[in-house]
Amino acid sequence: MNLNLLTIEAARSAVQERRTSAVALAESFYAKIESDDPNIGAFLTLSKERAMSKAAEMDALAAKGDKLPPLGGVPVGIKDVMVTKGIRTTAGSKILGNYVPPYDCTAVSRLEAAGAVVLGKLNCDEFAMGSSNENSAWKPVHNPRDLTRVPGGSSGGSAAAVAADMAVAALGSDTGGSIRQPASFCGVVGLMPTYGRVSRYGLIAFASSLDHIGSLTKTVKDAAIVLRTIAGRDPMDSTSADVPVPDYVAELEKPARGLKIGVAKEYLGEGLDAEVRQAIESSIQKLATAGCEIVDISLPHTKYAIPTYYIVATAEASSNLARFDGVRYGYRAEDARTLSGMYRRSRDQGFGAEVKRRIMLGTYALSAGYYDAYYLKAQKVRTLLTRDFEAAFTKVDAIVAPTSPTPAFKLGEKVDDPLAMYLADIYTVTADLAGIPGISVPCGETKDKLPVGLQILGRHFDESTILRIARATEQAAA
Amino acid sequence: MEALQLSCAPNPSNSINGEEMKVTEKDVAYVADLGNLELTEDERTRMVRDLNSILGHIDTLNELDTADVQPMAQVSDRYGVDQSKHGSERFAYANREDIHEGLRKSLPHEMALANAPDSDGTFFKVPKVIER
Repeated sequence: MNLNLLTIEAARSAVQERRTSAVALAESFYAKIESDDPNIGAFLTLSKERAMSKAAEMDALAAKGDKLPPLGGVPVGIKDVMVTKGIRTTAGSKILGNYVPPYDCTAVSRLEAAGAVVLGKLNCDEFAMGSSNENSAWKPVHNPRDLTRVPGGSSGGSAAAVAADMAVAALGSDTGGSIRQPASFCGVVGLMPTYGRVSRYGLIAFASSLDHIGSLTKTVKDAAIVLRTIAGRDPMDSTSADVPVPDYVAELEKPARGLKIGVAKEYLGEGLDAEVRQAIESSIQKLATAGCEIVDISLPHTKYAIPTYYIVATAEASSNLARFDGVRYGYRAEDARTLSGMYRRSRDQGFGAEVKRRIMLGTYALSAGYYDAYYLKAQKVRTLLTRDFEAAFTKVDAIVAPTSPTPAFKLGEKVDDPLAMYLADIYTVTADLAGIPGISVPCGETKDKLPVGLQILGRHFDESTILRIARATEQAAA
Repeated sequence: MEALQLSCAPNPSNSINGEEMKVTEKDVAYVADLGNLELTEDERTRMVRDLNSILGHIDTLNELDTADVQPMAQVSDRYGVDQSKHGSERFAYANREDIHEGLRKSLPHEMALANAPDSDGTFFKVPKVIER
């Protein structure tokens, strides 16, 4: 039994039935990290003490013959934008280089309460701003499928850790595609739940109306298990929704047959890589064979999604990042003699180039004289983009599309052109703006063996349907 | 207040070398100031280029007539709430009793100061606030 290849269910039952121990499982993942991560760069901080204590707790339960919780003994990684009590949390930024949080993110504590063993914190773009993980202040992440290529971003470390068998599952966050796009680039399953489905308490804020916590896993079933564990109302986040959480794992057993699936022409137009198109079209064909009804739809405002997103997201970011001032936590510049000079120099030296670019763009869009032309305009177009989905979902149960217009690109390829980097999010940002759930599931490969992800978008709070379609895609691709 | 803001605001249309530039170096300096950033000379030059390139793309939004469209700040008031309720009633579930210490105890003093770059054990310490 190769412990590093296990799914959540297989790992849990191996510990439950004492075919291995949770401690041995964690040790085997740490050994894998030690041997392989120097070439990949997925982990920023390891939490061995906390992991081993949780693993021992699970082994004690199993030894007594008690039933393990759903993730009992399962080794997981956490994107470094989620705070972990007593474990350094940097958000990929120098400004939080020494930050040791005094509390836990709700999603992390729910995973641990369900028995998960937290191995450590995963690399990401600084404050989750990026599509290639090259904006990490610490080190880039290399795609495990091809080390010369990016893993995607911003949850690049989360996707790479799962793809390289260095974690069974990982938490990531998605503001404009940051779970789905790296999942697509690394060949794993990435689920972004509905806005409000999972508490954001303890998620270091980038753009509060767009930020989502979700999962990166090896299988669709694992995604359902993680979501069932972390979803649901949390009094610590007033935007977490008071909507019942279904048993997503049981829902998976329902067949995809009979579901109406929309294909939007706007997602298959110019700029889509030919090999990606081929993989997407072939997986749509397979869904038809599985008994789904394929319906042509239109989402007419799609081309306005990127400009809308980069105004809304940066405006919110400029406000959220104002808290980093070198007073209560984080980096402080040594050489400043006045308070305002200290703020400025701390931020100048603590933030990286992309973060400063977004603070500048967001501040500009909110500044007197430009608010109506940029911010208010973008908020209005956000309404139009949301209405596109509302209209489509009166005709179909879900929408399928490519996750990304291209497979994983080369490290360094887009670093000097921020606009080109932003356009890599063209198929993912709209779901964040509308708050609908989305999943990326591997659906094929290019000739160079680079993975391609199929994106499935669903109605608000209807993760069950997109999980069922993802399962059908997974089975057809196997 | 409004007059003051208007007088500080940069001129929306600028032209450099005959080319229409949305954002000039002066604007970058002004916005950096608002955002509590300093930026080096090189960073400012680069910022002018990048912001103009991005804003040029963002201008495509002007193709849309949005005069009769309501702005959308967030999704929480549209989905997952009881649509028959209005205003803050929709979020009544998120209210809590006004209880001492709220949902959890405040952080102990020591823990709250633990991440501070500088403190005297009781307060956060910062450079002089009043300049002269």
